[in-house]
Amino acid sequence: MWRLRSYLRPHRGALAVMLGTALAGIVVAIAIPLVIKALIDGPITDGEIDPVLPLGLAVLALGVLEAFLTWWRRWVQSNAVLNVETVMRGDLYAHLQALPMSFHSRWQSGQLLSRATTDLSSIRRFFGFGMLFLLINILQVTAVTGVLLTMYWPLGLVVAFTAAPIVWLSMRFEKEYVLVSRKVQDEQGDLATRAEEAAVAIRVIKSFGRSGYISEQYETAARQLHATSMEKVRLSARFWTFLEVIPNCAVVVVLLFGAIGVGRGALTPGELVAFITLMLSLVWPVSSLGVILAMAQEAMTSAARILEIFDTESEIVSGSRVITEPRGHLRFEHVDFAFPDAPDEPVLRDLSLDIRPGETVAVVGATGSGKTALTALVPRLYDVTGGSVTIDGVDLRDLELVHLRQLVATAFEDPTLFSMSARENLTLGRADATDAEIEEALDVAQAGFARDLPWGLDTRIGEQGMALSGGQRQRLALARAVLARPAVLVLDDTLSALDVHTEALVEEALRRVLADTTGLIVAHRASTVLLADRVALLQGGTITHVGTHRELLVTVPAYRELLAADPSLEEALS
Amino acid sequence: MTATPRGSTQWRGIAKVDDDEANERIERRFVGGSGALLRELLQPYKWAIWTLVAIVLVENAARLSIPYLVKEGIDNGIPPIRADNNLEPLLVIVGIVLGATITQAIARNLFLVRSGKVGQDVLFEVRRRVFRHFQALSPAFHDEYTSGRVISRQTSDVDAIYEMLETGFDGLVTAALTLVGTAGLLLFLDVKLGLVALCCGPFLWWITNWFRKSSAKSYRVTREKVALVIVHFVESMGGIRAVQAFRREPRNQAIFDDVNDQYRGANLVAFRLVAWFMPGIRLIGNVTIAVVLLYGGYLAFHGEVTVGVLAAFLLYLRQFFEPMMEISQFYNTFQSASAALDKLAGVLREQPSVPEPTEPASLAAARGEVHFSDVDFAYVEDRLVLRDLDLRVPAGQTLAVVGTTGAGKTTVAKLATRFYDPTEGEVRLDGIDLRDLTSEALRRAVVMVTQENYLFSGSIADNIRFGRPDATMADVESATRALGAHDFITALPDGYDTQVANQGGRLSAGQRQLVAFARAFLADPAVLILDEATSSLDVPSERLVQQALRTVLAGRTAVIIAHRLSTVQIADRVIVMEHGRIVEDGAPQELIAGGQGRFSDLHQAWVDSLA
Repeated sequence: MWRLRSYLRPHRGALAVMLGTALAGIVVAIAIPLVIKALIDGPITDGEIDPVLPLGLAVLALGVLEAFLTWWRRWVQSNAVLNVETVMRGDLYAHLQALPMSFHSRWQSGQLLSRATTDLSSIRRFFGFGMLFLLINILQVTAVTGVLLTMYWPLGLVVAFTAAPIVWLSMRFEKEYVLVSRKVQDEQGDLATRAEEAAVAIRVIKSFGRSGYISEQYETAARQLHATSMEKVRLSARFWTFLEVIPNCAVVVVLLFGAIGVGRGALTPGELVAFITLMLSLVWPVSSLGVILAMAQEAMTSAARILEIFDTESEIVSGSRVITEPRGHLRFEHVDFAFPDAPDEPVLRDLSLDIRPGETVAVVGATGSGKTALTALVPRLYDVTGGSVTIDGVDLRDLELVHLRQLVATAFEDPTLFSMSARENLTLGRADATDAEIEEALDVAQAGFARDLPWGLDTRIGEQGMALSGGQRQRLALARAVLARPAVLVLDDTLSALDVHTEALVEEALRRVLADTTGLIVAHRASTVLLADRVALLQGGTITHVGTHRELLVTVPAYRELLAADPSLEEALS
Repeated sequence: MTATPRGSTQWRGIAKVDDDEANERIERRFVGGSGALLRELLQPYKWAIWTLVAIVLVENAARLSIPYLVKEGIDNGIPPIRADNNLEPLLVIVGIVLGATITQAIARNLFLVRSGKVGQDVLFEVRRRVFRHFQALSPAFHDEYTSGRVISRQTSDVDAIYEMLETGFDGLVTAALTLVGTAGLLLFLDVKLGLVALCCGPFLWWITNWFRKSSAKSYRVTREKVALVIVHFVESMGGIRAVQAFRREPRNQAIFDDVNDQYRGANLVAFRLVAWFMPGIRLIGNVTIAVVLLYGGYLAFHGEVTVGVLAAFLLYLRQFFEPMMEISQFYNTFQSASAALDKLAGVLREQPSVPEPTEPASLAAARGEVHFSDVDFAYVEDRLVLRDLDLRVPAGQTLAVVGTTGAGKTTVAKLATRFYDPTEGEVRLDGIDLRDLTSEALRRAVVMVTQENYLFSGSIADNIRFGRPDATMADVESATRALGAHDFITALPDGYDTQVANQGGRLSAGQRQLVAFARAFLADPAVLILDEATSSLDVPSERLVQQALRTVLAGRTAVIIAHRLSTVQIADRVIVMEHGRIVEDGAPQELIAGGQGRFSDLHQAWVDSLA
């Protein structure tokens, strides 16, 4: 956790103010009861009226001062603490964006999100509140106990000895409370998942007539949540009762011994009142000390979770070379590849493929044969584990990363559109594209529908914007890849969601684009394969055959198996 | 219209928030009636609530008595000690204080646990009812209401009620009683001093009211801003592949920094409100204490009040200012809870548009003859999707329905499964109007498999068993063997126990579809409806499914809605639909042989695409 302290450095001034005002606050909080004591012992016991006004005014002044100090501290604190949190969140986001796919495939975005929200808040709470009050409360307890001891030592001792068990108890309570709260949260999450599933799958449930069954499952989970919530209720009931009973017990003890003390002349009435007030002022610092300690532990855990991300370094490091006049000669040389989380299960092995500048090669293979992994190697979303991939003879790992990703544009099967205008989505790969170029790309991808959106190309799409169909999204993603004018265009089964008619139109236009661009196409259908000059058959993680569509159809049974839908066509060809 | 956060590029159009506003019409229909719902929910707990009232009164009486007893101790316990070292009066008073403390502790605990129990019971009941009700409502309702709303009714709305029950309820009751009780006791102890102390009331009311209003607004803004942060975060991390491939990192960072900063700003406003409010309360409290001391000192000098009274005043005032924070917050939780209750009450009022029959017809074992008799259908009034449709599918026939998008193919499927009822005419199964069948009988006889082959979280075996949970493992396996799915399932790491990750992410589309077919096959319905069930599969998967289909369809009636003609190959009969009518009807070979019909054209285009 202390490794994160550098985030506090810019706010040293604010921290000093917070500490200063808080310390002054303690002094004032102790001073007020002492003045009250003087007031009671003066005029009331001695029958003097003169000190009432100055002493009363002193209480007033101290009271105003205390409120002002609190305000100042909170005011400064809000700003500093929120800045720390915001900067940390920004840094976390930046770091996450830089981490490679191998990291992101291991982590769900939900896990990352909880680090960026829940964990950061718990650190913010500790920096802004816990850390300060940990110190202040200890000081306040010590100082007040000191005052109490000098005022009337037997009672002071009672206070001193009861503080420790109370701190311990409240810390234990808080820990248990955090545990049971987490459990409640998990179960609420589980219930929410069930509700979500039932809502999304309502048509399946209906069509099998299984509403009753699903409802029972939901109720079982809800009943479990009910039980856990009651556990939480009981625990917090005990905790709150405990917290409220402490001051009352303190009053009992002080009243008993204090009144005896006053009766025997060891204590003045004013001192007794001051004593009760001071003692009550201790209740919060003492009992919250436990809560704060538990909070500190939680913040530690959170810090560890965040540092886990900060400590992960990207294994995909940018090179320094730049290809000034790219021709687009893409070569896979004896490539081995395994996903980092399963290093013993090679996905690609000893794969070699040479795609000459301007040539288009289609990769065909069964589901799970590694086609998508192959395409991910080209923009270095993953690095090869053996062999190398080169463009124009330069190893990808020697190229500047930003430059490489300019050379290569990919349209994925599952197209990601961002919550921004259609235009910005299109020009992702080339921000300076002219309107004419955008129009051309839209034509190629048959994505003219984008012009007819409510606000044309300015319409916001993506998660938060207008919903588009799968086919529309694929066409926009294709237009985006085409518009980037890359040296190497990678299409990962980009046309799967299109109907036959649109697919034919897109293919015709793509053929023109691919005429002078190096292309790597993953294909499932014969029609897409026909875009390519050559076809490579991927089997068992390596390329077994390369040739034209017709050649492979005639000579390779495994290829026929993959692409010929109609057995009669199959027979006709063989 | 939404403005962009920052940067040169602008967008316009729908954001989720606007979307909600646009659909407010739908929401409005479901609003109102929170009071009635609440009363109904609390009805069974009438006695428990009265008990709670009694407990809370006892608790507060005990708590409020303590400062008064302190005064008694000082004023009446000390003089006897001074006089003749007589401890008895003091011990009696301290004994009473101890008793009050114990009573308070017990009552407090009882109250918290019991009120918690009532709250949790009510919450459970709400969850149960709402879930069952959503399950009972027809797909027509779900189409309009959307799953997003269904989910948020059951999550954020229920959470809002939970929040109120958990924090608000106890806080409000205790705070209100403390305020009233303390005020009363102050006046009782000393009228003059009490009145002076209570002068702080208007100030307290004013600052609390101000805080309540401002913090409600600021809370809403904060929620909105944090939602922006979350959405952008999830979107970038979910689409990180495209982010990196297209070098979007800098632009993303700019957007994120902006929403992050907006969130900071919103939080800052909220924090600063508290930074004013808390010291404000403290200021009022401290000033009141000073005034009470000044005036009390003056009165004491004249012998009108005792030291004990002054001490009791100080203790009571301390309690007086504590609950202000809770009161101000309760209003917010109460408001969102009542809005949530409103929406839930609205949903619970909604009636299913395909109601259960009052006198169900009996259907022992369906043969599977489906008959659309002069059916008209419109989703929106006056816009007929099906006109005068008359279609008889004899038991055991496999019928393929083809036609362009919007021809009404899917509507045929939805009527055959009674997701909707026809506007005119009837749909019959074995001669019985579907409206006369219980949903249980209907679902046993008719099952639909759609393109959205949803798999539930749980094991593959559980998913296959979904339509028949009492099926044995042997039943499951014989189903998957018949479909040719057994091999790929056993090849998975945990075989049939493999957990289907979120929406079957680990399985390929074809494998998922096979599991969905196995599910339907095991349910063994007399009529099977396939709505574009094989689109978006690759060739080997489609071939696998094709072969499986022959097994699945043997011996039952099938209606296949398709736009890929490969599915049609196994049909006995094809109908071509256009604008809600049947324009061609016959065996596929006949229609192709004709050489100039619509189906023949479609078939030719399909054969060409296979080249």
